[in-house]
Amino acid sequence: MTEIKVDTRNGACPIPANFRVDCRGETCPVPLVETRKALRKAEPGDVIEVVGTHPASKKEIPMAVEALGLDLLSVEGTDDDWKICIKK
Amino acid sequence: MTKTEKTTIILHSGDMDKVYSALIIGNGALAMGMEASIYFTFWGLQRLQKGGLEKGPLSKMHFLGLGKWMIKQRMKKANVASLERLFQDFKDLGGKIIACEMTMDIMGIAREGLREELIDEYGAVGTYVQEARKSEITLFI
Repeated sequence: MTEIKVDTRNGACPIPANFRVDCRGETCPVPLVETRKALRKAEPGDVIEVVGTHPASKKEIPMAVEALGLDLLSVEGTDDDWKICIKK
Repeated sequence: MTKTEKTTIILHSGDMDKVYSALIIGNGALAMGMEASIYFTFWGLQRLQKGGLEKGPLSKMHFLGLGKWMIKQRMKKANVASLERLFQDFKDLGGKIIACEMTMDIMGIAREGLREELIDEYGAVGTYVQEARKSEITLFI
């Protein structure tokens, strides 16, 4: 019998993402910087999904999203294993 | 949209840990939607010399390089980005690098000795003051 593993954190963004930033294992300031790079590349309306494990970035990426005047679609997961969805 | 806010940093120190601080704060500012510039002056300017970025000693407990080596091991373990990568990120996000001309004269550093491709401007104190007076954050490191 095949075992089906479900990773709840791997659920899709509320809107399908156009860009995915994987900064799991990265520390300050890389998650913030990589998110910003993806946001610069994205077109207005694009959705960016960021996954990471750095606790402070889970708080700070939403702060950056607010400062940039963009839409924060969702923040899921735990402090050291999270997913953030942003709409440009 | 409102006017873009700005961060202006003077990097006077060439110590490895302080160069990290300047680049991390600069990158953070850019990532959070601000403009950012770093003025490399005095000992800081030596880090703009070809091959000089990673050469700085530790500001405390350098112990002839042993302390720096230990900190570098710890940083590697914690997966901290290299100065080279942070520098590249800073440039990629639109950060500005300014080299102090007077320091170049004092230390006998010519433009050819610096990583010219990374430098946006060569300036003096007036350039800094003009930028800083329009900045919400300004730091001397």
